[in-house]
Amino acid sequence: MTTGQTRSQLFVEIEHLACGRGENVLVRDLSLRLEAGNGLLLRGPNGSGKSTLLLTLAGLLPPISGKIGFPGHDAETGPVLHYCGHRNGIRPRLTVAETLSFWAAINGAYGLTTAEALAKVGLAKAAKLDAGYLSAGQQRRLALARLLVSPRPLWLLDEPTAALDTQGHELVAGLIAEHLAQGGLAIIATHDDIAVPSLSTLTLGGTA
Amino acid sequence: MSGFLATLRRELRLSMSGSGEILTLLLFFIITGALVPFAVGPDKELLARIAPGIVWIAAFLSMLIGLEKLFRPDRDDGTLALYRLADLPLSAIIAAKVIAHWLTSALPLIIASPFLALILAMDVPTFWRTILSLLLGTPALAAFGTFGAAITVAIRRGGLLAPILIAPLCVPVLIFGVGAIAPMGGPDQASAALLFLAALSLISVSLSPFAAALAVDWGEE
Repeated sequence: MTTGQTRSQLFVEIEHLACGRGENVLVRDLSLRLEAGNGLLLRGPNGSGKSTLLLTLAGLLPPISGKIGFPGHDAETGPVLHYCGHRNGIRPRLTVAETLSFWAAINGAYGLTTAEALAKVGLAKAAKLDAGYLSAGQQRRLALARLLVSPRPLWLLDEPTAALDTQGHELVAGLIAEHLAQGGLAIIATHDDIAVPSLSTLTLGGTA
Repeated sequence: MSGFLATLRRELRLSMSGSGEILTLLLFFIITGALVPFAVGPDKELLARIAPGIVWIAAFLSMLIGLEKLFRPDRDDGTLALYRLADLPLSAIIAAKVIAHWLTSALPLIIASPFLALILAMDVPTFWRTILSLLLGTPALAAFGTFGAAITVAIRRGGLLAPILIAPLCVPVLIFGVGAIAPMGGPDQASAALLFLAALSLISVSLSPFAAALAVDWGEE
């Protein structure tokens, strides 16, 4: 797979990053380098800036200072990252399958097919259901399926296990492990234990 | 292209599927127009003279109704953030939204305009010119509306702000829209007004997706 080759050289490089909301600086002078195949767990109390850091890395918030780079990323292969936040982007009145094929259509359907991805996250039986009827945990599973239909090297996950049951926790750990094994990268903000062996941990909010 | 069509299909499905949005729009359009004869009195000549203006005002006001649902629900459920990270450029997604907005909030009005023409005692040639001027002019209203909605999406309770912002932009559309129906100085002026209307629509429809995409990006940051 050609994308696999480019991935194996990809880094996430953060230099002296400060980010926050408006005047409120939450993360100061953060520098790190994450190599392909590695994951990073963000930990810290509520309000310590985990989500803000993920939003900044995703490019959805501008950094206050510092630089974020993805050396080794070939822009020709599409966007470098997936962001999976608290809000799942799921709209009632569209079915589960429609929702997922819509994301596949605008993000590029070069990964699993819609049916395969739904089966993988345990929503195969719900495919024809109105997405508005899904429980919070099922909506989370549908949001994760979005990452599978359009592979991108870097996953930014904000509390991916929120609202999920025990099998859901295992599912998330399995997906992340598989993603890293294929040379992907992941940065995950969480309060839960995610049972993936090769994850390093960054704790935020000690000094903030 | 498939992503663009998928966005268009999604917007249309969300507007069509059973919430009565289009019916509300149509009733608003017809009622706005139908109230005017009561307000100005049953003077048939006067009505026929101001009918083009009434149709355009009713269309303009009705199209404002749909603005709130263009970006606000997407922002609230996190879809807008995902649009900004999509493989498809945000401007292409917004272009699909402009088209969907026109199809769901302008086309129904044009189809319903015979009712209004009847109520306002329009003659047949004027009616056909009205349809033509609405067809050529409403895309500009849809484009300006989308732009206004994109600017105000980051503002909480910005619902009424978008109409106020875009009203000045829509003034030329109203002037030439009515000018194309009720020429003051002979038929030549009407065709000039139609051409101008078409130009306004072409320019605004082609530029608004880019302007709106910029507005969304800046607004969210």
